[in-house]
Amino acid sequence: METPIRQRMSGNEAVSEAIRQVNPDVMPAFPITPSTEIPQMVSTFIANGQVDTEFIPVESEHSAMSAAIGSEAAGARTMTATSSAGLALMWEELLLAASNRLPIALTLVNRTLSGPININCDHSDSMGARDTGWIQIYAENNQEVYDNYIQAFPIAEDKRVHLPIMICQDGFITSHAVENIQLLPDAPVKAFVGDYDPEEYLLNPGKPIAIGPYSISAYAMEAKKAQAVAMENAREVILEVAERFYQMSGRKYGFFESYRMEDAEYCMLLIGSAAGTAKEAVDELREQGFKVGVLKIRVFRPFPEKEIAEALKGCKAVAIMDRVESYNGCCGPLGSEVTAGLFRNKVMIETVCYTYGLAGRDFTTTHVKEIFGALKALVEEGKPIPHNQYIGLRTRS
Amino acid sequence: MRTDATKINEKTPYEDLTEGLMMFAGGTAKEFMTGEWRTDTPIFLKEKCRQCLLCVPTCPDGCIPVMDGKRLAFDYDHCKGCGICYKNCPFGAIEMREGAEAPKE
Repeated sequence: METPIRQRMSGNEAVSEAIRQVNPDVMPAFPITPSTEIPQMVSTFIANGQVDTEFIPVESEHSAMSAAIGSEAAGARTMTATSSAGLALMWEELLLAASNRLPIALTLVNRTLSGPININCDHSDSMGARDTGWIQIYAENNQEVYDNYIQAFPIAEDKRVHLPIMICQDGFITSHAVENIQLLPDAPVKAFVGDYDPEEYLLNPGKPIAIGPYSISAYAMEAKKAQAVAMENAREVILEVAERFYQMSGRKYGFFESYRMEDAEYCMLLIGSAAGTAKEAVDELREQGFKVGVLKIRVFRPFPEKEIAEALKGCKAVAIMDRVESYNGCCGPLGSEVTAGLFRNKVMIETVCYTYGLAGRDFTTTHVKEIFGALKALVEEGKPIPHNQYIGLRTRS
Repeated sequence: MRTDATKINEKTPYEDLTEGLMMFAGGTAKEFMTGEWRTDTPIFLKEKCRQCLLCVPTCPDGCIPVMDGKRLAFDYDHCKGCGICYKNCPFGAIEMREGAEAPKE
C-alpha cells in the first residue's frame, strides 16, 4: 500500500489534482459555476508544463461534448468538466458518446438546473441525465471525488464496458469547501490508470473505421441492447477496479456505503455530501440506543437494485432522500427506483420518500433526527407520514 | 476484432453486431443505393456540353464522375435527382425528366 500524502484542498482542487496525475490527452471545456475552477486549474498545469493535455477552449458545452466525442473517437483519452445548464446543453451529445461507446470521463459538479436560476447544489443536472447511457458515480466529499476520478478511466475503458463515465460531486458543498485529504503519489496513480491503448480509433492509418453510422430499424434496437449489456457489465468492472484501488490506497469502495447498518432498524438512503450530515446524526442517535444507519449510494448507473434490496431487508423502514424534484407527481428518481427494486426483490419494508436540499437549501442533523423519529412513529404507532415531503420548506401551517 | 460488414445482415443477432455499429472500412456509403430515392431524373445532353465542369462540384452526392478533364455520364445508382446540376448548367446541357427511370446508355 502506498504512503499517503496529507493535504487539505477543495473538491475542485482534488479532482484537478487527479486530472494532473492521470494527464489525459485532450480536454475540451467551457466554464460554468461551480465547475469553472477545474478547467482553470488544468489550464494552469498545462501552462506550467506539468501535463501535456491538449486543452480546447470551445464556445459552448454543446461544442465541448462534440469535441470530446471527436477526440475520443480519434483515439485520445478525453475528459471534460461541467455543471447544471452546461450538462443540459451537452444532452444530445451525451447519448451519442454512450451509443458510440466512447469512454469519455466527465467530472460533474452538481448544480441545480434553472429555474428559478440558482447556482447552488442539487442533483437535477445529473439525475436528468440518468438515462443517457453514462455510468454515474457520486462522491460524499473531496477524498471520494479524487478516488472516484482515478478509478474512472479503468472502468470506462475496460473492453467489457466501453461507456462514458460521469464523476459527480456536490456543487460548493464539496467543490469549494476545503477539507483534509490523503493524496496518492503520482507514479502509482499513473500505473493504476495505465496508458490508453484503444483497439480501434479513427486516426489509425491503414485500418479505417466509420463511427456512428445511420442505423435502420433492423439494427438500432440490437445496438441499444448491446449498449445496455455493456452497462450491466460495468457492475463487475466497477467492483474489480475498486478492489484494485483498495490494494493501492487502503480505501474501500463499492456500489454504496453502508454506515452502521449491521443491526439498523431504520435507514436513511441518500446520495452525496448530505451523507456526512446523516452519519453525524446517526452517531448521535446511536448513543441514545436508536438503531439507525445510512446507506449512501455511490454508483447510481448501473443501478445496484439487488444489492440495495439485500442491504435494506433487515430494516423496518427506510427514508429515501432525493435532492431533485422529478415533477412526476410522485417522488424523485431514487424514490422511484429504490421502491421498485425493493418490490421486485420482495423486500416489503416501509418506504418514505422525501425531497431535500433543492438549489442549496440547508439539510441539517436536526432534519435527519426528525425523519428518523417520524419513521419510528410510523412503524411503532402507525402514525402516517405524508408522501414526498419537502424538508426545510416554509409552509403556512 | 474487425468484423467484415458484408457478413452482417438483418438476421444477425445483437451479440454479433459490431460495438456501437462501428464499420471496419471506409467509403461504405457507395454500397447504399440512394438513387432509389429519385423522383426526377437529370439527363445529360452530351452534344450541348462544353465540359466547363461547373456541374461537378455542385452535386451534393458526387454523382458526376470526371475522367481526363471531362465529365462522364451520371451515376444513377446514387443520384437523388435534386436538380442542382440542371440549375447550374450555363449551356442547357442537362434537362430534368419526371420519374426515376435512368436513360439507357
